[in-house]
Amino acid sequence: MHSTDKNVTQSITQVIAASSLGTLIEWYDFYIFGSLAVIIGQQLFPSDAGASALINTLAIFAAGFIVRPFGALVFGRLGDLIGRKYTFLLTLVLMGGSTFLIGLIPSYSSIGYAAPILVLILRLVQGLALGGEYGGAATYVAEHAPVGRRGFFTSWIQTTATLGLFLSLGVIVFTKNLIGADKFADWGWRIPFLLSILLVGVSVYIRMKMHESPVFSKLKAEGKISSNPLKESFQKKANFKMVLLALFGATMGQGVIWYTGQFYAQSFLENTCKLDFNESRYILLWAILFATPFFVIFGSWSDKVGRKWIMLAGMLLGVVFYRPIYQYFIDATNVKEFEKTELKSATTPVIERGLVKDTKDSIITTSSFKTLRSGMTFKESSVIIIPDDVLAPMPEPQTIIKDVTLSRSTYIIIIMLVFFQVLLVTMVYGPIAAFLVELFPTQIRYTSMSLPYHIGNGVFGGLVPFIATLVASFSGSTPLSGLWYPIGIAALSFVIGAVYIDNKGDKVVMD
Amino acid sequence: MNGLKKLLGILWMLLGPVIILFLFMQASDKIAASAEGVARTNTTLQWSIIILIFIPICAGLVIFGYYAWKGEYDRLPESSSDL
Repeated sequence: MHSTDKNVTQSITQVIAASSLGTLIEWYDFYIFGSLAVIIGQQLFPSDAGASALINTLAIFAAGFIVRPFGALVFGRLGDLIGRKYTFLLTLVLMGGSTFLIGLIPSYSSIGYAAPILVLILRLVQGLALGGEYGGAATYVAEHAPVGRRGFFTSWIQTTATLGLFLSLGVIVFTKNLIGADKFADWGWRIPFLLSILLVGVSVYIRMKMHESPVFSKLKAEGKISSNPLKESFQKKANFKMVLLALFGATMGQGVIWYTGQFYAQSFLENTCKLDFNESRYILLWAILFATPFFVIFGSWSDKVGRKWIMLAGMLLGVVFYRPIYQYFIDATNVKEFEKTELKSATTPVIERGLVKDTKDSIITTSSFKTLRSGMTFKESSVIIIPDDVLAPMPEPQTIIKDVTLSRSTYIIIIMLVFFQVLLVTMVYGPIAAFLVELFPTQIRYTSMSLPYHIGNGVFGGLVPFIATLVASFSGSTPLSGLWYPIGIAALSFVIGAVYIDNKGDKVVMD
Repeated sequence: MNGLKKLLGILWMLLGPVIILFLFMQASDKIAASAEGVARTNTTLQWSIIILIFIPICAGLVIFGYYAWKGEYDRLPESSSDL
């Protein structure tokens, strides 16, 4: 049978399954790092680095996002030149290899600053690979999908980013529970990275059996492949203006909604509200589980009503509701305030003594676990540093709250609020692959759609945890100050999208 | 609607430099306020990354505004052949 005939007969279900599995694994690889930022920060930086270790780790995490547009350019060009299939096979191997190697990097205590530098390099390779992957998978599926069903079929690819995050959280929580918190923090965090090599092996095997996109094969047979897709995408004004429109009117807002709902929410609950490690991840897992079907629902609905207003409604709802939602997170986890009236029991305080690093000052930590009448529990530690110099003034003790677990009712409400944020993600993200595919012609599609997608998601979205955490750490800031970044970007994107984007999609992508 | 698109184009052209100016002011403010030593080095590095990333994006916003002002988005292509 001729290869073009094979392409036609290959069922769309197989195409979606093979494309989605690889993309899901790439997202899994990409997100383990973010999900383990606190532990990785402790491994990669000096033990006394404190908050800057987390911010620097988030910066390394963000570096992977920042290079995604470059991956989109490099692999997008390859995809438009040599085809979709071989390009995203390459990205899969690069992603799996670099993830596996991150799991083997020694800690700061063994090799010093070489540890964060090596991880940064591998993180950059991850970002380049992911930059090449997504545009290929979305283009590949869209070019197989029938007219009028493109939103529905590409929405399956859209579920992979969220399911990849789900898988990474699931593997992390499972591994931690299996080997215990101490071993996980010591060496167990490497397991999710090392596991990647197996997942990638399976996906490469499946993708090897796929055929080239029929649309690309047709262009190739007719000798119409673009000789320089980069030049055509960005030097031709008619294309470049659409790249800018896609970025500022859609992907920029979509990116910040995605990363606020699915990353910043969990990070905020863990680091600002001091929720227990597992509790904050279970909340996100439940929210993702309930919300994931809506990617397909909104993708399918966009085939009927158009892509534009579904995406923009998701942005607008984020602008309006983010601050009240995060204010509730703070209020509902304010155990210091609840303790005044609701304390039910407390364990006998455990006192630990030690020396402050590189000084002769003593440090005394007094910890106890407390339970409130509502069922909430938390660990409260009082830390006091006693100067070696007896004439020096005695500093005030510091109170540290951690490992907060919620009452049943608060737990459910917070799951619902995170679910709402992930629902907004499904609104902006479900239809966007179809929207982008329809915006650009086949010859330059892989290159053109990948760039705005990865600037929007990689740069604007990927920087949400980093910038929001940074802004919230400024003196005079409140814990909610970091939200101004996603709110401002989403509001700007909403206005540009509402005014400039047409609700009519290009029905013909076979050109 | 086309009038609004053009008018807003001027706003986007102005917004690009304003954002960059705002980022520079914030950066110098926060770097000056940070403690000496490692903390200052970290703050400088973090702000350098942010500014470096957002300069080309703001340039893109200015170009987008210019296109909008010139009426490039008055009629969007309805099929790929219009591009």
